[in-house]
Amino acid sequence: MGIDRRGFLKLMLGAGAAGALGVAREAKANNEDFEGYPDSNGVLVDTSVCIGCRSCEEACDRANNLGKPAKYFADNSVFEKPRRTQNNEFTVVNRFQSEATGNKPVFVKKQCMHCNEPACFAACLAKAFSKSPTGAVVYNQDVCIGCRYCMQACPFYAPTYEYDRAFTPRVRKCTFCLNRISQPGGVPACVEACPTDAILFGKRKDLLKIAQKKLANDSSYVDHIYGQNEVGGTSWMYISKVPFEQLGFKMDLGTTALPKKTYGFLATIPVLHIGLPILLAGFYTIAKAREKSAKEHPEEGRK
Amino acid sequence: MSERTMPTTPKEWIRENIFLGKTIGEYIKSLITPWNIVAAAILAVGIPVIIYRLIYGLGAATHLSNINPWGLWLGFDMFFGVAVATGGFVMAVGVYIFGLKDYQPMVRPAILTGFLGYFFAIVGLAMDLGRYYRLPYPLTFSMGTASVLFLVAEHLALYLTIQFIEFLPAVVEWLHLTKIREWLYKIHIGAVILGSVLVLGHQSALGAVFLIMPSRLHPLWYSPYLPYLFFVSCLAGGIAMLVVESLLSHKVFGWQVKESDHEKIDRLTLGLGKAAGFVLFAYFALKMLALLHGGNWVYLKGFYGVVYLIEVIGFVLLPLYLYTMAVRRQSATLVRVASVLTVLGIMVNRFNVCMTALNWDAPERYFPSWMEIVLSLTLATFGVIVFKWVVNRMPVLYRLPDFPDEH
Ligand code: SF4
Ligand code: SF4
Repeated sequence: MGIDRRGFLKLMLGAGAAGALGVAREAKANNEDFEGYPDSNGVLVDTSVCIGCRSCEEACDRANNLGKPAKYFADNSVFEKPRRTQNNEFTVVNRFQSEATGNKPVFVKKQCMHCNEPACFAACLAKAFSKSPTGAVVYNQDVCIGCRYCMQACPFYAPTYEYDRAFTPRVRKCTFCLNRISQPGGVPACVEACPTDAILFGKRKDLLKIAQKKLANDSSYVDHIYGQNEVGGTSWMYISKVPFEQLGFKMDLGTTALPKKTYGFLATIPVLHIGLPILLAGFYTIAKAREKSAKEHPEEGRK
Repeated sequence: MSERTMPTTPKEWIRENIFLGKTIGEYIKSLITPWNIVAAAILAVGIPVIIYRLIYGLGAATHLSNINPWGLWLGFDMFFGVAVATGGFVMAVGVYIFGLKDYQPMVRPAILTGFLGYFFAIVGLAMDLGRYYRLPYPLTFSMGTASVLFLVAEHLALYLTIQFIEFLPAVVEWLHLTKIREWLYKIHIGAVILGSVLVLGHQSALGAVFLIMPSRLHPLWYSPYLPYLFFVSCLAGGIAMLVVESLLSHKVFGWQVKESDHEKIDRLTLGLGKAAGFVLFAYFALKMLALLHGGNWVYLKGFYGVVYLIEVIGFVLLPLYLYTMAVRRQSATLVRVASVLTVLGIMVNRFNVCMTALNWDAPERYFPSWMEIVLSLTLATFGVIVFKWVVNRMPVLYRLPDFPDEH
């Protein structure tokens, strides 16, 4: 005989308590109504203004101590192939030139989008990411275990990883110059360096108004603000006179914040923690009772 | 071996229990078998590879990149390894909760495989972590509770402990620790119930890991049903693995089993085949539902369409058909064929989700480096070696007369 009734009850209570703890914990994590910080900052990128001078890249390199670039920033041969962010390049400017762009070059700056509800944040099991009220999505290398789920979750393929560091690899990405923008009047290094008005820093809601006005006044703009609603909205937003899909933007992201895709599942877990033990205990009791009656009345057989 | 008497001195004990009653020289000689030579060859390459990875890092050992941060070590060791290690759970619930006493002889080998499967999955995961020495961080002072992966880690760690407790009776019987054995009887059912909760939790969570990447996983595999697909398929994989495993272990450890048992094993195999068939049917239905749900059949063309069709027709429908035939013809052999196919099918599915169809929209594809392949093989080999070591010593396939059936 396995277990007496009292011991069994104790076990069940234990399992129940563990389940209840699960409820409390996950309920807090499921802040489903979080829509991003209303007063957070953002950047509006106008791809029709950017001249591809790569001053932003250079400023970023200096601000974040990223070391000497492979090719000097004035070297335009980097435009031959589209580039992506790297461990030592938190932002890159790509050139697009084709019939679709009227054979004129269009330059697009790329970096972490600083999502309102970041997938990287929800993915990280070590809580290495946080969304600062300034708008910046911040990475903390001190707790990261290096599972790279954040990279795999990011819809923009933004974070990179220091695979070449054997013992202390870090995830790398744009920091939104958190230390600078936390100061009154501070702007990110790239914005400061830009000689044109291609990248504008400000409150996200003000930037949205500016963008809407631009689109209303000039019909040559595509009627879309990229990042306004993509994956629930991002701090960095883009406007363009060339269809976004021609400029390497992903158009299949939808407007739901990616962390929300997992809330439904996470919510079922507490139910499982409480419901399943009760169910199984029930089956166990039935099986035991059957066995007992089969022993006492062997003539009836087991079935 | 069951007639072994309690040895008196520690030296005798070691000889009896560790060296199987042989002298060290004899014992070493007995280790030279074809399988052991193959295993030794794998380890001879694999252990240096492990050391190389630990010293020179992921960049030197793998083909992982900024675009494809996940590869074989997660796909094989974690997603596949854990999926087919559910046999222990299936057997424990079947025998101890539902009282299917006939399957009693299969419980312990199943739990042992389960435990080792999980253990080496976690070792594989550690190999994959950039900072493996921080493995306990998420479970201690920096918990990302909103993360599905956190749920996986938490449930995995607990379940590994539970499986250890479930297997402990075999260890204490081996060591003749009667007192502890009695105490273990008492907590056994609790452990089985808690274990079930954990299995359901982390198996579905492993599927839910991909929910956050709708644009990065190909639509033929991405589905809001991923948690359910993973759970149902791991049941099929776990049951099929039981069949494969009992086939192998009775080939290898046949001497531990009485002749009359073979007929019984065929009967049990047929029972498992029936169960696997049912589960596989449910899995197929769910997969079709997932396909129809998003109107995703439009993607059934080109490279990914072919990969998907191979997976579904070759590794779900075909074994399903074979199981049906097996039950109709009462053929244990057919069940075994179908089971091998099912286990392979789970591997194909996990590889597709975790590698082939992942980051499909990116310009760069992933293929594992030879070191990644060797390391995964090495961990699997370690698993088999430990399994053999334990089965040769502890009452796993047979029961000691002093400790008859539990419950
Ligand atoms: S773009 Fe990627 S890395 Fe940046 S905040 Fe969004 S999910 Fe995170
Ligand atoms: S790699 Fe680091 S930051 Fe990214 S999810 Fe894993 S633990 Fe979190």
